Amino acid sequence: MRHLLSTTDLSYSQAITILDTAQEMARISEGPVKKLPTLRGRTIVNLFFEDSTRTRISFEAAAKRLSADVINFSAKGSSTSKGESLKDTAQTLQAMGADAVIIRHSASGAAQRLASSHWTSGSVINAGDGTHEHPTQALLDAYTIRKHLRVGTSDLRGLTVAIVGDILHSRVARSNVHLLTLLGAQVILVAPPTLLPVGAQTWPVQISYDLDSVLPLVDAVMMLRVQQERMNDFFFPTAREYSHYYGLNADRLKLMKPNAIIMHPGPMNRGLEITAECADSARSVILEQVTNGVSVRMAVLYLLLAGAPNGIGELSQ
Amino acid sequence: MTNYLLDGGVLPEGKKAQVLVADGKIAAIDSVVSHPGAASARRIDVSGCIILPGLVDLHTHMREPGREDSETVESGSRAAAKGGFTAVSAMANTFPVADTAGVVEQVYALGQASGLCDVFPIGAVTQGLAGHALAELGAMADSKARVRVFSDDGNCVFDPIVMRRALEYVKKFNGVIAQHAQDPQLSKDGQMNEGLISSQLGLKGWPSVAEESIIARDVLLADHVQSRVHICHVTTAGGVDIIRWAKARGIQVSAEVTPHHLLLTDDLAMSYDPIYKVNPPLRTQKDVMALREGLADGTIDIVATDHAPHSAESKECEWQVAAFGMLGLETALSIVQATMIDTALMTWSDLVVRMSTAPAQIGGYSDHGQSLRVGSSAHLAIVNPNQSWKVDRDLVLSRSRNTPYHGMDLPGSVVATFFRGVPTVLDSQLVRTSNDN
Repeated sequence: MRHLLSTTDLSYSQAITILDTAQEMARISEGPVKKLPTLRGRTIVNLFFEDSTRTRISFEAAAKRLSADVINFSAKGSSTSKGESLKDTAQTLQAMGADAVIIRHSASGAAQRLASSHWTSGSVINAGDGTHEHPTQALLDAYTIRKHLRVGTSDLRGLTVAIVGDILHSRVARSNVHLLTLLGAQVILVAPPTLLPVGAQTWPVQISYDLDSVLPLVDAVMMLRVQQERMNDFFFPTAREYSHYYGLNADRLKLMKPNAIIMHPGPMNRGLEITAECADSARSVILEQVTNGVSVRMAVLYLLLAGAPNGIGELSQ
Repeated sequence: MTNYLLDGGVLPEGKKAQVLVADGKIAAIDSVVSHPGAASARRIDVSGCIILPGLVDLHTHMREPGREDSETVESGSRAAAKGGFTAVSAMANTFPVADTAGVVEQVYALGQASGLCDVFPIGAVTQGLAGHALAELGAMADSKARVRVFSDDGNCVFDPIVMRRALEYVKKFNGVIAQHAQDPQLSKDGQMNEGLISSQLGLKGWPSVAEESIIARDVLLADHVQSRVHICHVTTAGGVDIIRWAKARGIQVSAEVTPHHLLLTDDLAMSYDPIYKVNPPLRTQKDVMALREGLADGTIDIVATDHAPHSAESKECEWQVAAFGMLGLETALSIVQATMIDTALMTWSDLVVRMSTAPAQIGGYSDHGQSLRVGSSAHLAIVNPNQSWKVDRDLVLSRSRNTPYHGMDLPGSVVATFFRGVPTVLDSQLVRTSNDN
């Protein structure tokens, strides 16, 4: 594999390889010298058509720990806003000799468009495309779940994970549904019916409208951010009502299994989908997700650019 | 004017026949040798070919005036001739909008000047296609362009009272409102068919119900005011059902389907290649089968291309910023042969009705869609059904290249087209006509 566009592109063994490699990377990150020389002389471009400081710096830290040269390209004017087109931007980066392009874009499919065009020959890593996918987020989520709940085993068999909130517009949810089920977890999507995609019942998941009945069953609960713009589009009556039915709060915390963990891809709307007590509780692994994000992105860059000749293959160490 | 003797072909119903074309008319069929014009006629060997009346398209985007970078009346007419068409209908969503007598007369004159086919302008229903105030429908009807078909295509005439008034008003001159059935609220920001694929791809859905609810409303309105309504590009199984129901009730509704909706499905969007982005969107296989069935049984009256040329840059981009639309004129006949005739759902005679007779009737194009008999205007499309061809976007005659069929082998080649007795295409090549500069 040359690109990472979607978690549907990953086989079981590729996914496990990435998680195992990330574990090695974490060990290095914890050591006195946080850096590997692997990607010295390689150029990695962070091509961000959409603001996302946290994802950008996570990729940047990952690339730098592998000694790559990193160029941050904040393409403010995407073709949506009549700026430079994706094609011209990509060709410019190609002309500058980018070995990999990490792309974040508000348009679903932008990463795949870039990878399947002849505009660039480098690897393309999807850092979030519209409401489609965000594969490295799912990988870091899987990594975090495995680290906490599956010490000594490689996959997520036997675990139940609830993804709660705006599934319809969530690239994190789409990537996680594929990846977590690939790794053997049972996924339950919890949302009001308005925020579930048409046909979600055909996905390999369970669906519930009732958070309270789901919480006692889960080993991990993943709260999704509710975007401000959903408020004015009739998806739910009021923020208060949403919070009442789908927000994670202290009362709901009590319904969860003792060792179940709380996750959130960030940035959080404290008080809306999650209260401060939950976000800051001992069960919360939200900050750890951020830490693990760097390790997982190091693993992806390593495997795509320096691992097996054909990208993510067997780990060659 | 040269006379032509078409030798060796068959008529749509399968009967072998020689056809003599003279003075813009069909001068003789079969008894050609005895005709005085036969001796001087140029003989064209059309062995193995079917002689059809020239095709008539009720839904064409010629882009002129305003977007001459993607198509002109001249280039669109070339594409039409190549596809076997002798009449096309230029949609009103140009810049400026064809909502006045002046613009429709300009478009009509451009078509006359190109001389490759008749270009019948469609007038806008509302001023600026904005959906609020009626355009001067009477003035367009009385103009030199003699407009009878009105459409805000690209936009739905959404306001029910505007639609009602338009349906009533055009009765005065036997006009018809061609509705682009799309509830703009239900399909807001819609990128593709709403269903399993859109959910997977994270592209905003344009659901079937947004089309069907407008079709249902408008057939009821047409019934109420006893006028006729034409439904543009039906794409859903439910839409076919509603139209079938309306026809059974005696409501004056006609409907069209595009070639691409007879063949292509929404899973093509999985490539995120905007070449497959079209409005209304590609639907599911179930819808495709219902559309074919509806076209075969006559619920859907006609095939119309919705030929929608777009410049390269409006397709070489992210799906959600790309333009809607695909080319259709040069491939329409082949796609209909592939989906309807080679599947035994329709005969060539049925195809003549769906692609020539009925569209000419709906549009009031009396010189077109005539049956092949002595005295009829010599608008002809001659097709070799056994000669397949490979679509090459670099060889299209349209000024744009946004064909979704690039690289596909399609059955049926248009070997020759005659427009008012003059060949516009011979040996599958465009013939330069006297009107060319």
